[in-house]
Amino acid sequence: MISALSMIAGISTAAPLPVAAINWHSVFFLLFAAIACGFAVAVVAAENVVRMAFYLVLSLGATAGLFFLAGAEFVGAMQLMIYVGGTLVLLVFGVMLTAQAPLVAIKGSGRDRVLAGFVGVALLAVLLQSAFSVKPWRAAAAGMVAEPAATPIGMSLVGVRVDDPAGGAPATNKRPGYMLPFEIVSIHLLVVLVGAAYLARAKRRKTPRAIEVAASVEPPASVAEHASIGRERQRSGSVLAGGRS
Amino acid sequence: MAEFLINTVGLPDWLAWTVTAMVAAALILNVIAGGALVFIWAERKIAGRIQDRLGPTRTGGKFGWLQSLADGIKLLAKEDLMPDGADGMLFRLAPYVSFCASFCAFIALPFAFDFVGQRMNVGVFFVIAVLGLEVFGVILAGYASASKWSLFGAMREAAQVVSYEVPLGMCVVVPVMLAGSMDLVTIAEKQAGWLTNWYLFHDPFTFVIFWVYVTCAVASVNRAPFDLAEAESELVAGFHTEYSGLRWSYFFMAEYGSMFLVSALAALLFLGGWNGPVPVASLLGLSEGTGDTAGYFVRLLGMANLLGKATLGVLIMMWIRWTLPRLRIDQVMMTCLKYCTPIAAAMFLGAMLWQVALPGGLVPALRRPAGEIREGWLPGPGGAFALPSADAGKVAKVNP
Repeated sequence: MISALSMIAGISTAAPLPVAAINWHSVFFLLFAAIACGFAVAVVAAENVVRMAFYLVLSLGATAGLFFLAGAEFVGAMQLMIYVGGTLVLLVFGVMLTAQAPLVAIKGSGRDRVLAGFVGVALLAVLLQSAFSVKPWRAAAAGMVAEPAATPIGMSLVGVRVDDPAGGAPATNKRPGYMLPFEIVSIHLLVVLVGAAYLARAKRRKTPRAIEVAASVEPPASVAEHASIGRERQRSGSVLAGGRS
Repeated sequence: MAEFLINTVGLPDWLAWTVTAMVAAALILNVIAGGALVFIWAERKIAGRIQDRLGPTRTGGKFGWLQSLADGIKLLAKEDLMPDGADGMLFRLAPYVSFCASFCAFIALPFAFDFVGQRMNVGVFFVIAVLGLEVFGVILAGYASASKWSLFGAMREAAQVVSYEVPLGMCVVVPVMLAGSMDLVTIAEKQAGWLTNWYLFHDPFTFVIFWVYVTCAVASVNRAPFDLAEAESELVAGFHTEYSGLRWSYFFMAEYGSMFLVSALAALLFLGGWNGPVPVASLLGLSEGTGDTAGYFVRLLGMANLLGKATLGVLIMMWIRWTLPRLRIDQVMMTCLKYCTPIAAAMFLGAMLWQVALPGGLVPALRRPAGEIREGWLPGPGGAFALPSADAGKVAKVNP
């Protein structure tokens, strides 16, 4: 029901509230944030791939809730569609992988856990430091966030703030936007991707696969020739020609 | 309503907002649960008639109308079983995941001009996104049951839902394009007036794409002839093979909830929403926007209209279920990829070109002039679920 206010901007056009009034916006923000963070930790702590994916869904869903709370409904719906929906495919792969017994539980050794914990805490410390070094928010001029949208969130990432359209005040040495934490997270994601590709790389096979056999054949001189080779293979029932034709 | 509670009844702010939210949630919950009760009875009767028998006749008197209640009591009394090898937590949670997804989508669904849990400017998008999450419950159920049948059913469902989201999305884009808004309230508002203003009759392309939408909607809620996930002739009962009692019934509530939801969405997008075929209210000189008692009754009439259309959609789905044989999985995929997707894409292009060539329609006199179209909320305290005014209960984190 809280619709017109941008949470991330933290701006209130309301009159000063009575002391007894509960700050519902903060309550819901803390609730969603706790769900998101709690289940993110659960993803790391869980051993079963399917459970991990399920926790990830809850964590991402709570993040979508944060977007809705911020009035950025389009981003929230996008979050649901792309991230939560994308985890669906992850879940399917998890189910397919863990249908066999040896992969049901993924357990790291104690040394790995200590190392991972150290790296994780260090990264978190850097992120927290860089996030809190951003210039504090203040109430914007009236009409600044009349249209709640994704734009203020996106713009504040690169340093253009709705509450301060003129740019950062040079008097403070605080950063105007969230560019640094954003970049740290991006680099982290890249490292994770490279690591995942390394772990999942194809092991060297002893027997060459069909595609390698085909590659070792003298390359055809032209496309037409290639097609004729294809037809020939099809007639002779080669593996490459496909089973159905 | 919250303003009414604060100003007239004199409740404190936080209590008033909580009560308002609870009332809205309870109403939506009752639409799903009460709807399921009626639809299960209707399904039995329709199945019976189509198969040339009577269906339930004895429970509760003349038409067996208490059959669903008797079913419910039976399900409550049943033992809650769980297989030995099952993943306990996921097995228990899966039905609720399905049900929650179905329930969440109702939040953004308007029942009449002003009757909506939370009006969103991306309502269509939200409903489609949340509806796609229902499959999570099915996959979790299939995995956690530790049964081959369940797993097969879940994987089929995953493949089917992921494929059918593509043409479904394309179908939904056409009314969004015509209305120029993703807000479900605005889309329905733009179809006000006579029957000819419905987007179904907007142009030949929307007429065709409506039927593509119907096909995809039936497939995306996993109903026959697309109910591969529970194909009882091959997979015992598919993803819910191992479920019994109340947990099993949650899956069914979710299914009937989703059926109702996609039907209501079809009504909102193509069939004029809460605007009847004949604009009775405006002919009588009443308007839903006035905010007085007459306006309230007009909105109630609109709600009856929408519920009627959605119910009709559900009944048609039942009719299809008991008429057509189940498809094979490859036929299901072929229907989606070879027919629904290309047709939807072509119709989308066609509707776009039509809009460019004939912006006023074939008979411009029949159309409602654009200036008359009313958008936005009632300014006053008229609506039951009107948006809070700028200063009531609205708080934010303030950093001085």
